[in-house]
Amino acid sequence: MQKLTRRRLIAAGVPLVGAATAGLHAVIPHSHPWDSDAHAAEAPGSHAGHDATTDGGHASFRDGATVDHRANGFDPHEVLRDFDWGKTRRLASGRVLREWTLAAYDKEIEVAPGVSFAAWTYNGRIPGPTLRCREGERLRITFANASAHPHTIHFHGVHPAEMDGVPGIGAGQIAPGGSTVYEFDALPAGLHLYHCHVRPLAEHIAKGLYGAFIVDPKDGREDADEMVMVMNGFDTNFDRANEIYAANTIGFAYMDKPIAVKQGELIRLYIVNVLEYDLINSFHLHGNLFDYFPTGTGKQPSELTDTVMLCQGQRGIAEWRFAHPGKYMFHAHQSEFTELGWQGFFEAA
Amino acid sequence: MDAHAAADRDLREGPFGRVPAWLLGLVPLLLIALAVGAFAALDGPGLGERRGPPVEQLVVEKTKLEPGVIELTVRNDGADAVSIAQAQVNDAYVQFSGATEAVGRLATTTVRIAHPWVEGEAYEVVLLTSSGGTIAHEIAAAVETPSADLSFFGLMALLGIYVGVIPVALGMLWLPWVRRVPPAWLRGLMAVTVGLLVFLAIDAMLEGFELAGEGSQAFGGASLVLIGAVASFLLLTGVTRWLTDRQRTAAKAGASGTTLATMVAIGIGLHNLGEGVAIGAAYSAGALALGAFLVVGFALHNTTEGLAIVAPIARLRPSLGRLALLGLIAGAPAVLGAWIGAAAFNSSLAAFLFGFGAGAIVQVIVQLAPSLRDRQQRTLHPGSVAGLLAGLALMFATGLLVSV
Repeated sequence: MQKLTRRRLIAAGVPLVGAATAGLHAVIPHSHPWDSDAHAAEAPGSHAGHDATTDGGHASFRDGATVDHRANGFDPHEVLRDFDWGKTRRLASGRVLREWTLAAYDKEIEVAPGVSFAAWTYNGRIPGPTLRCREGERLRITFANASAHPHTIHFHGVHPAEMDGVPGIGAGQIAPGGSTVYEFDALPAGLHLYHCHVRPLAEHIAKGLYGAFIVDPKDGREDADEMVMVMNGFDTNFDRANEIYAANTIGFAYMDKPIAVKQGELIRLYIVNVLEYDLINSFHLHGNLFDYFPTGTGKQPSELTDTVMLCQGQRGIAEWRFAHPGKYMFHAHQSEFTELGWQGFFEAA
Repeated sequence: MDAHAAADRDLREGPFGRVPAWLLGLVPLLLIALAVGAFAALDGPGLGERRGPPVEQLVVEKTKLEPGVIELTVRNDGADAVSIAQAQVNDAYVQFSGATEAVGRLATTTVRIAHPWVEGEAYEVVLLTSSGGTIAHEIAAAVETPSADLSFFGLMALLGIYVGVIPVALGMLWLPWVRRVPPAWLRGLMAVTVGLLVFLAIDAMLEGFELAGEGSQAFGGASLVLIGAVASFLLLTGVTRWLTDRQRTAAKAGASGTTLATMVAIGIGLHNLGEGVAIGAAYSAGALALGAFLVVGFALHNTTEGLAIVAPIARLRPSLGRLALLGLIAGAPAVLGAWIGAAAFNSSLAAFLFGFGAGAIVQVIVQLAPSLRDRQQRTLHPGSVAGLLAGLALMFATGLLVSV
């Protein structure tokens, strides 16, 4: 209960005397000094005038501004369809060897307009590159640590223990300036992820060291407009709760500029949840339902739904076609996450 | 004596004997200015790079709610400039105007947030700074802030009259009775008055410290209360001495009782000014809950202040006009305070005013103390102690009516 003080209680008498002045108010002509303020707020072109929360416009950061993608070095709209196939060559055995080089380095990222965050990145972007390969290939990832902190790359998937990228096993944690090579077979087919596994774990993940890792099945998948969304968040004040939520790092990025898709075309969305500090995350699609393939490992969808819930590290593939043209929202179905940045539009035409 | 004079002459005629005194006084000042300038120009030689990130300290000084708008006035309490980048209300990003530039040290800015708030509900406003830091501000129960129009100022005036002017005037009606009581009783009554004032001084200090704890600390926080108390004590002492000097030259007999009454009225008036500020602030902050008996209780509580004014002039024959003036000096500042508190509340200012009121009361107590003396010139004798305790008890009891 609120603490009562003399001052609070004396204010309690105000309604009593209010009745006495009400008559005065009605009789004496007067202007309200703050009236001009109120009018200014409603004037066209003012901030409050095109306010999103009250006038039905879409949600955004202040004044619909977005971050400086060029300074950040990545744009969520490019991250969306950017699949890094690496470099390939054929081994003597006839197998394909696929190689990537990933470097960890520290970088200031503008995570919301005007808000900078001292991030840790793979290859200068968050999420790190979406590594894509085919089932059964030999994969070789050269990891160079150019950060001021020790890091690793821990892949989800099937591999020997010494290639697991955790401290104390195999190469263990890679000191600043150090490097190592992770090599294993691309197994199994599905949607996986990679992230740093150095302690304190929450910090090393939340700072930005993660990415999607896609292993295509041997016989491939049906042609589709493919996209990847890594659901993440940023704890900018280090209180172990996120101030910003997003898919592919920048909140509201797909609100300010919708994702253009073709009506009737198959859409395949690779969804990965890496969100730190919150127990769950989710993906919800408006105006449609999608076939959901958990972890992308099965041929049969587990469900036709419009909402899936994922814990950290959980991922899955969603497939659908837009039957009608127009703008369709997608967002986390935790309203808090939605309002803190994790929402966007598909625009079907 | 000759030796002293010689030493004096030596000092005056030493190596700087011919330099005018004002210049000697100015030289250290100039050197200090030069040193500060050089230090700044050389960017603090020897101190090296600054360590650690900037310290962001924003304090919300004022909250104003209009339909669809939450307006916060924010002061930068820290050493570094702070840029407000984004704002959230109840875990949602919101649109806002203002704070387009960084807020400098001790500067204020006003942020107008568009949010369809609902009356009676609680809100948490979070300002997100350019470094990712957050400043959270709780609105315990949203209620529209009254607009400062004529009726509002009328309302504040009426409230000030109810709790300040009327009770004091009522208390002064004890004058005819006070005149008839025997001298020993009168000493007891004066002791009761001092007891009332002691209670008020303690109450004002505590209220001041409570207010100092809210809002910005950059202006001194709790020390403002003490500085205010010392300042008003010194000011009133100075004014009293000055008045006494003038009266002596005018050779006015019996003026000391009037002066005393005036000083008591000023002391109580300054206290009521602080009280008014707090009332006005509470009103504009929306801390409202109906209770008719509370206004009555507060009026009763302040009635005792009228007694304090008339006790020193019991043996005089002041005119009605003079009595009315004394009553206004003591009571009317509550109206002024209510206006200040409602229209331009600032917790630092309010804390200072409460300290100022407390200091004035202490000064009045010091002035009244001699009138408690019995034939053996003791200030604390059984009669006065009983009176003091009665005064404290009276204030405590009537205070219960307004502090549930």
